[in-house]
Amino acid sequence: MSEAQKENVEGRVLTYVDAITEGVREVLLEQSNSFVAGEDVGLAGGPFGQYSGLFAEFGEDRIIDTPISEKGIVGLGVGSSAAGCRPIIDVMFVDFMGECMDEIVNQMAKMRYMFGGGVTLPVTVLSMTGAGMSMAAQHSQSLEVWLAHLPGVKVVMPSTPYDAKGSIITAARDDNPVFVLLNKVSLGLKGEVPEGTYEVEIGTAEVVRQGTSFTIVAVSRMVHEALQAAEILSELGVDVEVIDVRSIQPFDTDTVVNSIKKTHHGLVVHEAVEFGGIGGEIVAQIQDQAFDYLDAPVGRIGAPFSPVPFSPVLEKIYVPDADLIVAKVKETLGLS
Amino acid sequence: MPKQPTKKVLQELHLTMVRIRCFEDTAGRLMEEAKIPGALHLYVGEEAIASGVMQNLSNEDQITSTHRGHGHLVAKGGDFSKMYAELYGRSTGYCRGKGGSMHVSNMELGMLGANGIVGGGPPIAMGAAFANKFLKTKKVAVAFFGDGASNEGSFHEAVNMAALYKLPCIFVCENNGYGEYTPQAKHQTIVDVADRAGGYGIPGVVVDGMDVIAVYEAAREAIDRARKGAGPTLLECKTYRFYDHVGVRGMGMTYRTDEELEKWKKRDPIQSFEAELIKLGVMTQKQIDKVYSKVNDLVEGGVQFAEDSPFPEPSELLEDVYCVKGA
Ligand SMILES: Cc1ncc(C[n+]2csc(CCOP(=O)(O)OP(=O)(O)O)c2C)c(N)n1
Ligand SMILES: [Mg+2]
Repeated sequence: MSEAQKENVEGRVLTYVDAITEGVREVLLEQSNSFVAGEDVGLAGGPFGQYSGLFAEFGEDRIIDTPISEKGIVGLGVGSSAAGCRPIIDVMFVDFMGECMDEIVNQMAKMRYMFGGGVTLPVTVLSMTGAGMSMAAQHSQSLEVWLAHLPGVKVVMPSTPYDAKGSIITAARDDNPVFVLLNKVSLGLKGEVPEGTYEVEIGTAEVVRQGTSFTIVAVSRMVHEALQAAEILSELGVDVEVIDVRSIQPFDTDTVVNSIKKTHHGLVVHEAVEFGGIGGEIVAQIQDQAFDYLDAPVGRIGAPFSPVPFSPVLEKIYVPDADLIVAKVKETLGLS
Repeated sequence: MPKQPTKKVLQELHLTMVRIRCFEDTAGRLMEEAKIPGALHLYVGEEAIASGVMQNLSNEDQITSTHRGHGHLVAKGGDFSKMYAELYGRSTGYCRGKGGSMHVSNMELGMLGANGIVGGGPPIAMGAAFANKFLKTKKVAVAFFGDGASNEGSFHEAVNMAALYKLPCIFVCENNGYGEYTPQAKHQTIVDVADRAGGYGIPGVVVDGMDVIAVYEAAREAIDRARKGAGPTLLECKTYRFYDHVGVRGMGMTYRTDEELEKWKKRDPIQSFEAELIKLGVMTQKQIDKVYSKVNDLVEGGVQFAEDSPFPEPSELLEDVYCVKGA
């Protein structure tokens, strides 16, 4: 957020979930060919309340309750966007992507390319990621790399109410398929959100904390853990810069590399399983473009290589947190 | 004419329903008191289905369940202590605390798992039925699923394949009129999910899911048919869930009327069956009361066991991701 924007939003605080609603509402007001379709998005207002009030305001023609048929729902998004609509498709949990992955992998992501640019698919898909609520292995995953691996789709992961609203608006205005992966643990998070429309440019990271001696690159909710870790580390004399990647695909290499060139140390943190996670890609880009600036290997933190456990005690160890980040930074710097 | 169920069968059906009801009532309370973490989908109101179907199965036969799975496991012989321990996330639970409510399972009882993925069960049941035929075991596999799940492609693919290979598989639709908060009329144009059987060339049967005898008998016919090698049946049981989609009171969404709820509650599968049992002279009120007090003791014991049980050790986090040779 720029300083000008900050002034503009002074005092207007919304929760993450309300910011989602507002973002979707702005899109519906702006684009008469847009609609929302998904399971229980209408009458029920969304299983997380993220569409509450929209059914009353826009009616059943534009807020469409679907059967439990994810392949059909995403197909609705692909086909209708090919035929002149700008749909907002809700796939309740990112875990359910398995149900509709072919529609995404082999149709949505490739149609434009396969057709030689002959089709445009301005479809936006919203879905929830994240562990920490005792929802077990099929309702807690972070599967963003499944999507980021696909040329032809964009993937953003807003961590704040401001970014949630702005990303949804930006995604819906984009003429490409865009996945806005939201974090269910953050639904109650409060933050400043301006009225009206504004954009959060897809493919741009944000430096959310300035620092000089260590760069932490964080994804989605891990941004907040990283900020907490930065506070703890500052007491130890480590001046941490925190970058919220915001966009996984495309990825803003420049912001990350510029920070590393300044701090000479880096750590990437995400909630997804570490093996094959986006962290590996980010570390590779850093060592490609800033190897000579590094004073230590760039670290990675992700979830251990297991499904998300149900038991709260195991889930607590499973999900990376500020303490783990602090420990890793100290290890990298050789602090005890 | 099918022969009348014996007194023993009637008493067992009653016991199973009471076991489910008491297990669920306490589980729901514990969830709302935040003693049980996460979300529970309760089976109260639908007890006649699991009880009537499972009465025809042995431990050897397999079932696949749903997110609303406690009732299925209880009816399959689930032990309250291990079930509550799982719901509490303790290492003594059926899944050692790794799965919780939505994944509670036990292979010894032929319970291939509750499932957090709507429509996750039918393909797995079809596969189990395939193994039963392939291995000539005479076992059958039963897939439980909801009206909402009947709109998933997985259901359709599973039924078609089970029909094609004439597998010993029974598809039991628990039609409670809603998928989450969406009424059936808003998610499909048909009234009877059983109609879908026609598209796959298998029998489709509709039965009153609040009548445990009706379910028991319809299931027996379908299961006998499957065991004989005559292929699958789609058995639809009309029912209603007395509690919210999640928990007892749930999130307080208004999507169905109090009148509708009251109307169905008048058809409570347990109360109406108890009246019948008394009328038939199968059980006295005193005997019925005794069933409840016995079952409630089991509930209490199960909860106590769970609360006294340890949580999993941190080292267990990475166990059972793979099967390790010799471990
Ligand atoms: C693939 C998938 N899509 C959506 C959901 C979210 N969800 C959980 S339960 C449910 C409703 C299921 O309805 P139904 O099959 O009728 O079963 P009921 O809850 O009525 O017993 C939905 C949509 C899910 N768990 N899995
Ligand atoms: Mg249902």
